[in-house]
Amino acid sequence: MSDAGQGVAASPRDQVREKVRELVPSLERLSLTYGAMDDFNSETDSDYTSYWRDWFISSRGNEYFCEIDEEYLTDRFNLTGLNTEVQYYQYALDLVTDVFDFDCDDDMREQIEKSARHLYGLVHARYIVTTRGLAKMVCRAPHKLHRGAPADVPSQLEKFKKSDFGKCPRVMCDSQPLLPMGQADIANSSPVKLYCARCEDLYNPKSSRHAIIDGAYFGTSFHNILFQVYPNMLPPKTQRRYEPRVFGFKVHSAAALARWQADEREKLKDRLRGARMESGFEEEEEAEEEEEDEDMEGDGFDGAAVQQ
Amino acid sequence: MSSSSQVTESWISSFCGLLGHEYFAEVSEDFIEDDFNLTGLQSQVPMYKEALEMILDVEPEDDDDEEEEEEEEDEEDDEILGDERPAAYRRASDRRHLRIASDLSVIESSAELLYGLIHQRYITSRPGIQQMAEKYELQHFGTCPRVHCNSTKVLPVGLNDSPGHDTVKLFCPSCLDVYTPPNSRFQTVDGAFFGTTFPSLFFMTFTDLDIGSGIRNNSSSAAQALLQIQTETAKGTNTTPANVTSINGVAPHNLAPGIGAGNIYEPRIYGFRVSERAKSGPRMKWLRMKPADVTELDETRRYWENPPDDADRPHDDDLNMVDVAEGKSVDSRKKISARRKRTNGSGNGGGSLIDTNGVGAAS
Repeated sequence: MSDAGQGVAASPRDQVREKVRELVPSLERLSLTYGAMDDFNSETDSDYTSYWRDWFISSRGNEYFCEIDEEYLTDRFNLTGLNTEVQYYQYALDLVTDVFDFDCDDDMREQIEKSARHLYGLVHARYIVTTRGLAKMVCRAPHKLHRGAPADVPSQLEKFKKSDFGKCPRVMCDSQPLLPMGQADIANSSPVKLYCARCEDLYNPKSSRHAIIDGAYFGTSFHNILFQVYPNMLPPKTQRRYEPRVFGFKVHSAAALARWQADEREKLKDRLRGARMESGFEEEEEAEEEEEDEDMEGDGFDGAAVQQ
Repeated sequence: MSSSSQVTESWISSFCGLLGHEYFAEVSEDFIEDDFNLTGLQSQVPMYKEALEMILDVEPEDDDDEEEEEEEEDEEDDEILGDERPAAYRRASDRRHLRIASDLSVIESSAELLYGLIHQRYITSRPGIQQMAEKYELQHFGTCPRVHCNSTKVLPVGLNDSPGHDTVKLFCPSCLDVYTPPNSRFQTVDGAFFGTTFPSLFFMTFTDLDIGSGIRNNSSSAAQALLQIQTETAKGTNTTPANVTSINGVAPHNLAPGIGAGNIYEPRIYGFRVSERAKSGPRMKWLRMKPADVTELDETRRYWENPPDDADRPHDDDLNMVDVAEGKSVDSRKKISARRKRTNGSGNGGGSLIDTNGVGAAS
């Protein structure tokens, strides 16, 4: 919901519709184009100023996007250079800002609609790295990101619903909430990926409807800037890892690689210590003991004892 | 004999057909009928006998005599295994002749548990692992969600071999990590039904499988340019000698092909890399790192190269975990060791280098 719309929050739905009709004469035709118009009408009847954007965000598959402020969109400076990237730039912008009143055929409208979505995505990539945009995305990333925040876990399902961008599929990351990101800032180069701040790796979105969103609508920098601005949201890194075992015995090739990686990790820690930096690993002492532990006992995860 | 003649489907195939049971292989009845394969399960599963009958579609209730006989047998079993069985089970067993609907559901869940535990053993047997290989080829277990693994096929794994601990996970051979299945319907499947051993044993059994084929043959037009740059840098740093055919029992191209240089995420802000000295800088790269030259992982050789005192040094063949292609094997081995000396043996004197080579040549 944009701030501008809160003033009319109490208006009945019909009144809002009237106003919208006044502002957007071609609403009737628009509603033919928007498949999800009915859903939209029933859900958000408080705000008419961000009509198109509300529809866009609430439509299926666009759950990753946040709403761009009206002021940000109308400031031409923020849109510098986009006119060369988007077809029918002016019409698309009009549609996004709900001042579209161009009478044209359905094919054309389809084109403009597509351009509007593209434009919104490109502006979105710029918006989410602003102070306001970051704050909005942080609110959407669930509470678990806050270090030391009380774990309010009503049920597994509730938590699942809260994580707007999904949770890390890696078992050792303990359902760390993910953030959307792109592998390139240029449009149409690769679809959106999800970044886990715990294992610092990229994952594919689970749902195919998210896999078609362009990664450039989120950009390569957003998630890194977010943690620069909100360093207390960085999750502690975990040293726990999976150890492949056969009948309780470690698999040599994997174990040798793991030992080599542990050496690299210790080198990193030494470098950080040299630079007087916190390494940010959790339960370090415990983990170090575990490394030296050469026999079959491990902690709950890798101590996969064969019991029969 | 089965009384329900209309039902052509066996209990096993209907169980494997249930939603969320897509990972299960159909255990052959021969395997279940061999008592040796069921050793020790009797103490882990309540109403073991009934559960086993259910799995094998034997319905003793049809015949009163048979039932009585079995009851007697069961009582004998009770006496033998009395101590191991929980009290709750014994009570259930006492009332078993009043087999009612709730009883049936207990047996049903026991049968599922028993089937799962048999399944864990079955998939590590020769016919079972073969069956799982077919499912693997058909991608029944899905692919790795990690971007740099490029949809490597995964295998189900348990984090514990005893039931009731954790749900089934997926093991990716490309990054040697475990992931939660994407669909929540698998969150009701116990990991113990697959066991900790299965995936590792699978890749040790089928060594010819090319795990990294998807990673190398990638041609998704969009990210291709990016990937090309990455592989170029990877090539620049991959210094593994071409003739190494096996390292620590694994072919070099199958040793975690999804990790290593070029497959590690590099955080950037406006194109500039984030320093590891920054508070939010990268800390987890080690998890996805791999030595550019995999012979570095030959720990035995490395160990014996480093100490100056070579008195206890075992025979050269015993400490060789690297297989090289036939031909100039001795030469190349010497080359490897000599080169490795240069890279990581900075502290060693020249004398030790000559020593090592001397032993190598003598063998």
